[in-house]
Amino acid sequence: MLKGGLSLSCAGKKQCDAAFERALADYSGDKSLLIPLLQRLQEAYGWLPPDILEALSARTGIPVPEILGVATFYAQFRLRPAGKHGIRLCFGTACHVNGSETIGDALRDELGVELGGTTEDGFYTLSTVACLGCCSLAPVMMIDGEVYGRLTPDKARQIVREFRGTHGEEAAAQ
Amino acid sequence: MKIVVGLGSCGIAAGGKKIYGTLESLLAAHPEAGASLGGTGCCGMCYAEPLVEIREEGRTTLYGSVTEESAKEIFEWHVLHGTPIYKYAVRSTDHACAEEGFFEKQRRIVLARCGVIDPESLDEALALDAYQGLRKALAMSPEEVIEEMKASGLRGRGGAGFPTGLKWSFARKSASGPKYILCNADEGDPGAFMDRSVLEGDPHAVLEGMAIGAYAIGASEGVVYARAEYPIAVKRMQKAIDDAEKAGFLGENILGSGFDFHLQIKQGAGAFVCGEETALMASVEGKRGMPTMRPPFPAESGLFGKPSNINNVETWANVGWILLHGASEFAKLGTEKSKGTKVFALAGKVRRGGLVEVPIGMTLDEIVNDIGGGSRTGKPVKAVQLGGPSGGCVPAGLFDTPVDYETIAATGAIMGSGGMIVMDSDTCMVDIARFFLNFTQEESCGKCTFCRIGTKRMLEILTRITKGEGQEGDIGTLELLSDEIRRNSLCGLGQTAPNPVLTTLRYFREEYEAHIKEKKCPAKQCRDLIIYLIDPELCRSCALCSKKCPVEAITGARKIPYVIDQQKCIKCGTCLETCPFGAIRKE
Repeated sequence: MLKGGLSLSCAGKKQCDAAFERALADYSGDKSLLIPLLQRLQEAYGWLPPDILEALSARTGIPVPEILGVATFYAQFRLRPAGKHGIRLCFGTACHVNGSETIGDALRDELGVELGGTTEDGFYTLSTVACLGCCSLAPVMMIDGEVYGRLTPDKARQIVREFRGTHGEEAAAQ
Repeated sequence: MKIVVGLGSCGIAAGGKKIYGTLESLLAAHPEAGASLGGTGCCGMCYAEPLVEIREEGRTTLYGSVTEESAKEIFEWHVLHGTPIYKYAVRSTDHACAEEGFFEKQRRIVLARCGVIDPESLDEALALDAYQGLRKALAMSPEEVIEEMKASGLRGRGGAGFPTGLKWSFARKSASGPKYILCNADEGDPGAFMDRSVLEGDPHAVLEGMAIGAYAIGASEGVVYARAEYPIAVKRMQKAIDDAEKAGFLGENILGSGFDFHLQIKQGAGAFVCGEETALMASVEGKRGMPTMRPPFPAESGLFGKPSNINNVETWANVGWILLHGASEFAKLGTEKSKGTKVFALAGKVRRGGLVEVPIGMTLDEIVNDIGGGSRTGKPVKAVQLGGPSGGCVPAGLFDTPVDYETIAATGAIMGSGGMIVMDSDTCMVDIARFFLNFTQEESCGKCTFCRIGTKRMLEILTRITKGEGQEGDIGTLELLSDEIRRNSLCGLGQTAPNPVLTTLRYFREEYEAHIKEKKCPAKQCRDLIIYLIDPELCRSCALCSKKCPVEAITGARKIPYVIDQQKCIKCGTCLETCPFGAIRKE
């Protein structure tokens, strides 16, 4: 059922099969669970690889176009592999009013990617988010689930540099 | 003595967990202190996070903007020696603090337990009346509960303001079962975070409201549809559901009444349009979240084609209080047509940004200036944006407007879910309109042509204007498109998408005209219409700006004033922030 090479975040095919099985282990046949299933699969693989979606279709009986229809509708789902670490810059109203655009410039320059892009080494994906709800700390960004607030362009660069510093060994190891 | 650290999303983002860790190790080193340590949700003072509260017999002291150093000092003096350090305190029961003004005019119903209880402890919620309203409701007939809700005058807090009791009565009358109760926790307005804070700070208030609603309409299943971007809220909500089931407030045979109600959480996947009720239901069903035509209304045919009732987080959080204290008590607050309180998320250029809950009918001036402390930047407040992408900007000249559904609607804005973004003279109103249009354009589901393509055209025009390429007739085209989009869209997203443009045109038309005719941005925000200059008289040739400039656009030498190469300059503003002598200005 599973075929072809799998995503960056899977070391080997066997492991990926297991991840797929884990995600669908308690699947009851209820088609309304498509979104939670996609969320689990994305958590396991880091994105939604085409062959995984085909496998999901075969298992659930939901046609691939319908799955893709849902996967492309929601901002959360990624149909391309993302970097190991996600840097999400908040583009909410409070952040906008407090200068998130210039933070975006600084991050693009620091990482050498456009918004939505992934660094060449595959480690960092820079994206924007509509609102993180931490408006009192605006402008804010989130790196792997941790929020950094009251940013200035300089501070944002500094945080990314420090983050890269502490995660430097893993980059070197690969 | 109990030490409580604010651990809502804002608190954690501001470093609350580190402060918690510091206090934890200090307590371990000093067991003789005899104090306990705990966490709580957001008390609303987001601007002063991280917050630490010390509760003693007869005295409570709230410390704000706590650092590791001040935490150590507070521990040394207050915890070990019983002497509060008032200079760090933002609120105290036995000492006047500068920040008291933040709380003075507030009236807390929805937020009553937020920032007070440990949201992961059912016992702490119970000690402060949680589920007492449910107990009372179960002793009444469902019809009586609905009558009580009608009498309270509570209106939907998601933005539209539909009377809650009336909505419930429709779902009650639908004969076919099973019925569903839904909680809209898909707080998508950028700049609004009150629902998140309630879910994180007092999840049981929402559960209690939903259980009462389920009993009233005759539903046995419920769904909380929560934003995926709110992981802490989802986690605490799940724990609250599990605890409430164990304690018999949810699940089978609730409180021995024979009434069953099961709840589950569904996480959204990032689509603003899912805040619209029919789109939300499609999403719960596992489909693309696209709105459908009403009627049929959800009360007849909602989730899975069954009668459903949906309310948002804040609405649900009011219900338990109303049942417990009585509809008449609730109806004493607010205005003639809008009862109770409303929670607002104050943010932007305001000094005290955070969550405030006030009786409906308070003026914008009182909220922004008395509670919010006015402008943070020292520049005058110019407008406040209400209701996010569906709302509008109300100018400072109209700050005596009381905030209730009808009066706010008359200004062209909407009450909305409660986002309130304060803007100062540095905010360009054309840019704000463009910002919101960009948002609605991206979030339009694409079903209705006018919303899909009309917003795109509007965005193109607004972008053009902010780039200094505006044309004669652009304003007329914007007005025409606004009207068409309003009339020809199926759901609230499209119907309200033009509001940010229409209100800024109504109150700040001259800014549009300056952009179009003079190619000038009066607020000096639109990048293509400004340049950065160094004043040679003020420049001391310190080279700081040149070092910080990311594109090496600034050159000079010792004793020779520095100059910005306008060709290279990307207008990031770093030099302006860096210059210690104020020699750099925007024109």
